[in-house]
Amino acid sequence: MKFLCVECDRVMAFAERQIPGDGTLAAVFTCPGCNREMAMLTNPMETQLVSSLGVHIGGRTVPEQPMEMTRSSLQDTRADVFVEPDPAASPVTRVDWHPEAVDRLGRVPSFVRGMVKRIYTDWARENGVATMTPEVMDRARSELGLEGM
Amino acid sequence: MRKIRTYGQVEHETGSHILEQVLGQRARIDQRLASIGATIAIVSGKGGVGKSAITANLATALASGGARVGALDADLNGPSLGRMLGVAGKPLVDGDDGVQPVTGAGGVRVMSMDLLQEDDAPLRWRAPDGDGFTWRGLAETGVLREFLSDVAWGELDYLLIDVPPGTDRIGRLLDLLPAPSQTLLVTTPAEIARFVVAKSARLLRDAGVTPVGIVANMTAYVDHEGATRPLFEGDGAQALAAETGLEVWAEVPFDPALGTATDRGSPFAIHDDVSAAAAAIVALAHRVERQNHGRHA
Repeated sequence: MKFLCVECDRVMAFAERQIPGDGTLAAVFTCPGCNREMAMLTNPMETQLVSSLGVHIGGRTVPEQPMEMTRSSLQDTRADVFVEPDPAASPVTRVDWHPEAVDRLGRVPSFVRGMVKRIYTDWARENGVATMTPEVMDRARSELGLEGM
Repeated sequence: MRKIRTYGQVEHETGSHILEQVLGQRARIDQRLASIGATIAIVSGKGGVGKSAITANLATALASGGARVGALDADLNGPSLGRMLGVAGKPLVDGDDGVQPVTGAGGVRVMSMDLLQEDDAPLRWRAPDGDGFTWRGLAETGVLREFLSDVAWGELDYLLIDVPPGTDRIGRLLDLLPAPSQTLLVTTPAEIARFVVAKSARLLRDAGVTPVGIVANMTAYVDHEGATRPLFEGDGAQALAAETGLEVWAEVPFDPALGTATDRGSPFAIHDDVSAAAAAIVALAHRVERQNHGRHA
């Protein structure tokens, strides 16, 4: 899907994505010629259609996570299906989780918790952060554009 | 009237890189399958012919012979491999390389929807009501894609894929995995099974996939006096063989003990070395191995 600024005959570039509610996905595009902005709004069915394809309009800010579509779409999932690997078996650089960050992570549904934790942990490692706090989570979320995490 | 350019004439991308994202999904499948010696699709098109029981038993029979085996339950709406291979209720480890499959009977690595959902839960999605026909098939294909690409199958000699009934489901698998190493067609001697499975054979061939053999399930039963008697009139499996030019690789008689064992999550083929059903499955495993000789990872 491409949006063409008819006036300038130029392709509009993706600028911003939002999930404002009601199952709407809003993607803002800007014309690089005249700076005109337009927002594409999808209805809930169209939003679901895009989600079922496992693609992100506007591109990805983090790589696709293992079983991301399944985790985010499936209903009636078993509690605590996904467990973390034994830390002793994981040679990766350690990121400590402050109790407040653990508490906040605990509010994430268990089905996606491991995936969300890995996204935050990877971001912390890449940015040289040794301890995950709610503030760090906010920074990561803002930087990665993770709506709803 | 102004002339608007076509999609292809507009060269620049919007920044979404949708095509790259889709190609990336395919690349992840290829990368994962690179460490798997042979993918074996267990297909019928017809429900109730015993595909899942054949898959579970064939998987454990191959594993008993020393092969590294995975079993992917592509039946998202009626999953059963988790139970049949004794891993129902076990958690999945969120590893760095993907989701670790659960190790079940005989050391078979398993991924099935019945590991993910509550026991009595039908397959449902967090999605708006209505219009499900527009996206449900995509969502199911997406889950199957993730079962292939995001499960850390590791090095395997065989990945068995239990394909659900319905010829459309065969097509969905082929969209993701266009060329399984082997495709086995499971049928029964019943004429109605032959009728449906013949459609699957044609669909596969039209897609450029040649099934390698037919597994005739429930071919006979042993009565109280020990005599073997046919379970169905006629022989749809042989008729299917004649129709398709394929060989019948196994004739598995009906055996209540097989059903009981698989219900318990302990497939028959690894425990029973005397019954005709177990012997047929072990012979099928040998046939699969011979066919795949030299193709292992």
